[in-house]
Amino acid sequence: MDTMVGMHSVTAAVSSLPKVIARDVNVYYGEKHALKEVSIDVPDNGVMAFIGPSGCGKSTFLRCINRMNDTIPICRVTGKIEIDKNDIYDPDLDVVELRGRVGMVFQKPNPFPKSIFDNVAYGPRIHGLCKTKKELNDIVHSSLEKAGLLTEVKDRLDDPGTGLSGGQQQRLCIARAIAVNPEVILMDEPCSALDPIATAKIEELIDELKANFCIIIVTHSMQQAARVSQRTAFFHLGTLVEEGPTTEIFTNPKDKRTQDYITGRFG
Amino acid sequence: MTDTTAQAPDVAGPHNWGSGATKRRVRRRYAADRRLQIYGLGAIALAVTLLGVLFTSLIFTGYVAFVTTKVDLTIYLDPSQIDPSKPADANYRKLTRDAFLGLFPDVTSKKEQRDLAKILSSGAPYIVRDYLVDHPGEIGKTVTIPVPLSDPYDQLYKGVIPSRIDALTIGARARFKKLQSRGVVRVEGDKAVVQLGAFVNPADIPGGDIAAADFQRMVDESIDSYFPGERNRAYREILATDAAEALKKRVAADPSLVGKTITVDLPLSEHYDSLARTGEAKMLNPRFASERELEWFDSLKTRGLLLSPFSWELFFNADSRFPELAGLAGALTGSFFALLVCFLLSFPVGIATAFYLEEFAPKSRMSDLIEVNINNLAAVPSVVFGLLGLAVFLGTFGLPRSAPLVGGMVLSLMTLPTIIVATRAALKAVPPSIREAAYGVGASKHQVMLHHVLPLAMPGILTGTIIGLAQALGETAPLLLIGMNAFIPSIENMGILQPATALPTQIFSWADSPERGFVSRTSAAILILLGFLIIMNAVAVFVRQKIERKW
Repeated sequence: MDTMVGMHSVTAAVSSLPKVIARDVNVYYGEKHALKEVSIDVPDNGVMAFIGPSGCGKSTFLRCINRMNDTIPICRVTGKIEIDKNDIYDPDLDVVELRGRVGMVFQKPNPFPKSIFDNVAYGPRIHGLCKTKKELNDIVHSSLEKAGLLTEVKDRLDDPGTGLSGGQQQRLCIARAIAVNPEVILMDEPCSALDPIATAKIEELIDELKANFCIIIVTHSMQQAARVSQRTAFFHLGTLVEEGPTTEIFTNPKDKRTQDYITGRFG
Repeated sequence: MTDTTAQAPDVAGPHNWGSGATKRRVRRRYAADRRLQIYGLGAIALAVTLLGVLFTSLIFTGYVAFVTTKVDLTIYLDPSQIDPSKPADANYRKLTRDAFLGLFPDVTSKKEQRDLAKILSSGAPYIVRDYLVDHPGEIGKTVTIPVPLSDPYDQLYKGVIPSRIDALTIGARARFKKLQSRGVVRVEGDKAVVQLGAFVNPADIPGGDIAAADFQRMVDESIDSYFPGERNRAYREILATDAAEALKKRVAADPSLVGKTITVDLPLSEHYDSLARTGEAKMLNPRFASERELEWFDSLKTRGLLLSPFSWELFFNADSRFPELAGLAGALTGSFFALLVCFLLSFPVGIATAFYLEEFAPKSRMSDLIEVNINNLAAVPSVVFGLLGLAVFLGTFGLPRSAPLVGGMVLSLMTLPTIIVATRAALKAVPPSIREAAYGVGASKHQVMLHHVLPLAMPGILTGTIIGLAQALGETAPLLLIGMNAFIPSIENMGILQPATALPTQIFSWADSPERGFVSRTSAAILILLGFLIIMNAVAVFVRQKIERKW
């Protein structure tokens, strides 16, 4: 594993330090050992994809990074996860602050039952990111623009967020996530509930966002992983099997399990 | 399935949609569907019928209480009797009485005047007083004020009680019919007589002295023979009291009849006489002392002085011994205060408890125990809460008896489980995706609660609260046990710590009262209570629809 880390720092020359560093992470749901000894480095300003068959633990690991698993009472996490060298499982760390720095987009679009404007403005409001109405307005508009939604909704910002189409709702959720100016964006199968056109739009969006954010995307679709990510990690039955540049994982995987998955033997 | 004979059993041929087996299956399924529909409709029809019966009987008995009978009293506000600086102190009883007696100038005897004055309600003077206090400029003028009649006349005007009732019981009439069937009763002119065989017993004529003879005994024995075997000699009342005289006259006129059995025409007593002649025997309703009272009443009617306005008194008067003056103001105020206390106590506590149990409590044996107990509290009979109130609130805490505060506290104990259960259900119904989204944006636990979960759960919470309050409005047993059944003749001093009454307990007291006027008032009060319940439930439905948000 250490040699892999060494290889990282050589190949990922643009970003110097990995954004997210995980070491020996184990997750237990009650008695069930869901994630076993996962260690991985995620570089900044790029997209990393987590792939693997259903139930392999990729979503669980993703949710560890912003400590969403804390909301599940029977879930227990051990090991170390650091973001910018800050241990996020440190008892002194405020979880709310963490989630302001690490945004999340979910599989099924879940806008708040509020207006489009309020959906995006909620995060900045509760984190106290803007003092005046104008600042809030600016943040909302710029987030919607970055999410590629502004042109479609700019004259109906007071309409309920739930009245948009599926693809638009997901883009609204992305806008909501980036409105608080996070450093890391976690995406849990963001396109699985959308049609191909909406999916294409979102992938385009991810491509634009990667320049400024560290994005980790969990996906069932290998084609999507190939299109969107620079590095890919393959999970299987709770362990991290292989991790590396996307092109290498898909053309020249080192582990047989990875090979079998990619060629469609299972999954 | 008809063409599978030549093929392997597990390879089915094309399905025959019209085959007998298919048709049978389809018919059976349709029959099952229809049966289910019939059961459902039957259940609804039964429920609606029962409700219909309830409402019909309530409305039938109660609608008369919504009007009140009044007489237009023209009264001269004599300035010599009223001190303008203290208008409330005049002798209104005299003023009112004199004005009413003035309508019947030919009634002069003291006794008759007393009877006449009874037609007016005893509350009439106060109405005149209140009118004058409100219009002090009217002193010296002659005004017409509608004042209520007393209960028997109120009920008479509404047709609830008759002016005449049957004078004879059904048994008495049946006995007389038996006599009539023997053909011995006949009508002569304007009188009816019964022809009986009587034995002029010499043993009843001591010393041949006809004047001193016991003819009553002979008459009694005569009629006894027509009712053999009846131990209770009630039939003797069929004959008039002077029947013996008739026999005496006959025997005196012809002394040779002594010792013989003769047939004699004997007069009938008043009611039987009327029954024989007209087929009906009615007497004056004992509520009225004499026929004159009915005459006076009829005179008022023909003079057009009687009116039947809508009874605002039912809503705005306090309780009273006299049904024509009794109203629900005290009960409505008491119920209002009790419900207010109940709401203020149970709403915040209930919601906070439900929130804690749902969101914050760790999953442990302790919290499971609490949950089970709260659900069981909803099933506890309300009487037990009344006992609790009696023992703890009145006994240990020493709070004043029958106060709306205690009533509200007891009711809140009953409403709490309803609100908690409804709030928990509403919280559970909020989709977890909303919570996750809020957590993902970086909201803290209490921000998620307050900004997202609570607004979405609010329709369910409000519905549960209103339903719980509607239940509390109608609870009688606990209020009775803490004594919230006081007789409140005036609503001026009502407060949260003063003795009070509530709507259901008022119904309970009125149902117990003997005066006829309270029968219809009880039904009317029940209708008013039901009206409030319907309104509250309608508000719950309306609120739910208005603020329900789609997610």
